Amino acid sequence: MPDIDLDVTAHEHATRLRAGDYSARALAEATLVRVRAQEPALNAYITLTEERALAQAEAADVRLRAGDGGPLTGVPIAVKDLLCTSGVRTTAGSHMLETFVPFYDATVVERLDAAGAVTVGKTNLDEFAMGSSTEFSAFGPTHNPWALDRVPGGSSGGSAATVAARGVPLAIGTDTGGSIRQPAALCGILGLKPTYGRVSRFGVVAFASSLEQVGPFGRDAEDVARLLGVIAGPDERDATTAPLPVPDYTADFGRGLAGLRVGVPQQFLERGLGPGVREAVEEAIGVFEREGAIVDRRVTLPSADAALAVYYLIAPSEASANLARYDGVKYGFSFRDGSSVEEEMAETRSRGFGSEVKRRIMLGTYALSAGYYDAYYLKAQKVRTTITREFEAAFADHDLILTPTAPTTAFRLGEKLADPYAMYLNDLFTIPANIGGNPAISVPCGFAEGLPVGLHLIAPHFREGVLLRAAHAYGSLTDWHTRRPHGIPAS
Amino acid sequence: MALTADEVRHIARLARVALSEDEVERMREQLSGILDQFAVLNDIDTEGVPPTAQSLDLANVERADEPRPSASTADVLANAPRREDDYIRVRAVLDT
Repeated sequence: MPDIDLDVTAHEHATRLRAGDYSARALAEATLVRVRAQEPALNAYITLTEERALAQAEAADVRLRAGDGGPLTGVPIAVKDLLCTSGVRTTAGSHMLETFVPFYDATVVERLDAAGAVTVGKTNLDEFAMGSSTEFSAFGPTHNPWALDRVPGGSSGGSAATVAARGVPLAIGTDTGGSIRQPAALCGILGLKPTYGRVSRFGVVAFASSLEQVGPFGRDAEDVARLLGVIAGPDERDATTAPLPVPDYTADFGRGLAGLRVGVPQQFLERGLGPGVREAVEEAIGVFEREGAIVDRRVTLPSADAALAVYYLIAPSEASANLARYDGVKYGFSFRDGSSVEEEMAETRSRGFGSEVKRRIMLGTYALSAGYYDAYYLKAQKVRTTITREFEAAFADHDLILTPTAPTTAFRLGEKLADPYAMYLNDLFTIPANIGGNPAISVPCGFAEGLPVGLHLIAPHFREGVLLRAAHAYGSLTDWHTRRPHGIPAS
Repeated sequence: MALTADEVRHIARLARVALSEDEVERMREQLSGILDQFAVLNDIDTEGVPPTAQSLDLANVERADEPRPSASTADVLANAPRREDDYIRVRAVLDT
């Protein structure tokens, strides 16, 4: 077997694969060996898809030999177990779907396959993507590669952990309130939530349909840009995808930070931050200033403080409707020993769902119920308009909004399990972008007490290119994204 | 805002989720605590502000109505917990 450096980026693998340094098959085999070696420590995967990976790798080798390879051909990738994979079980991290085997691929999975990517497995997540720590998975928590007694963030914690641990160079996550960006920050990698409507949600197990997007994880801006370029674009099977062409997301690389108008709302820097977070973010702001960005600290998003409340009304309301389909009749877990239809449904849902999912279904059902709809759900939708307008006003004279990604670094397993609201506060800075539908990225910007800190950039709709330009420029001036977690078996 | 145990049982019934008495009490405490946090919304004046259901500028997206192959019966039924021939078997919903 050739000597393969698994720590390199996807674009470096692509170059070496095209040069014939090693085959996609050899890369897939080496990747599977490393991922398997790391699993006892990380639990980043629910299902490893070795057979599919080797078949895809062999197909990629045929293309590579014919000179027909694209940026992802032969490159290993992991996919959050919320996206349907034909013939491979798709659990959503739930006992409810433990044995569910879809007969079709999600559009994103289909596009990865068409691009020649090699899917090594389905990653762990909070059940139905509801959570910020991956502890609400029915398949056990994922551990943070930087400190195994800490959470990787969530809900896409498995995807973030395996990329940070150099198991795979790329992964797919979903982000409804921060589920790509917060774990990217806590694991020290990059993660991007595209504009609502940029990436197809077809074949993604639904949680909150008006908020969620599929997006990329990677270890540098170029990898994130290339992966986004493959998965983005209109899809006739998802009527909420925007009919806009997909640009080259690397087009503005090299333009640097000079001239970028960056708004820094002070409200996000002044309270509730864990030790070292503000310092790391301020240092990053200093880099932006030195490189000629125009930093404006007077920008405000006055209603953004209410975004958390808006989110925890709208998302559970949509979830309570979306998850009504799990009735034990058509697919999924089914309790069959009741004495009536209603009892069997209620028991199916009681036993099939975990505690956080039930809590959110109850919250959403309440917010939508007679007598409370106007006070809660409708009010939240109106404040959503207010927050969206404030973003529009801020973006009239700024290219980017800059905040920390998360209030703290990775917390200990179990630390926030007993207090649902303390867990929700993790998403304080990431949720506003979902409310407004804006694209946003988390970029590694330093360490606090040995744990990674994330810098969060938000852009106007469909301006993923400016996020990636800034991430690329910042990444060429700093080396935070190249740091390797210690204590992870290297295989 | 404090919920009562009866309200929790009512919501659970609407949501078709069976809860033990312990769960009713835990849910009552946790949901009441979360609802308290929503009071912050009352500080924002939304007089005359329309609600937002989704953030895209799209409406009435249509596509050509062309016949195409659909999923096979075997595929659709493969995950059904209870089957009988080409049907999904369910309990009787009406008393006979």
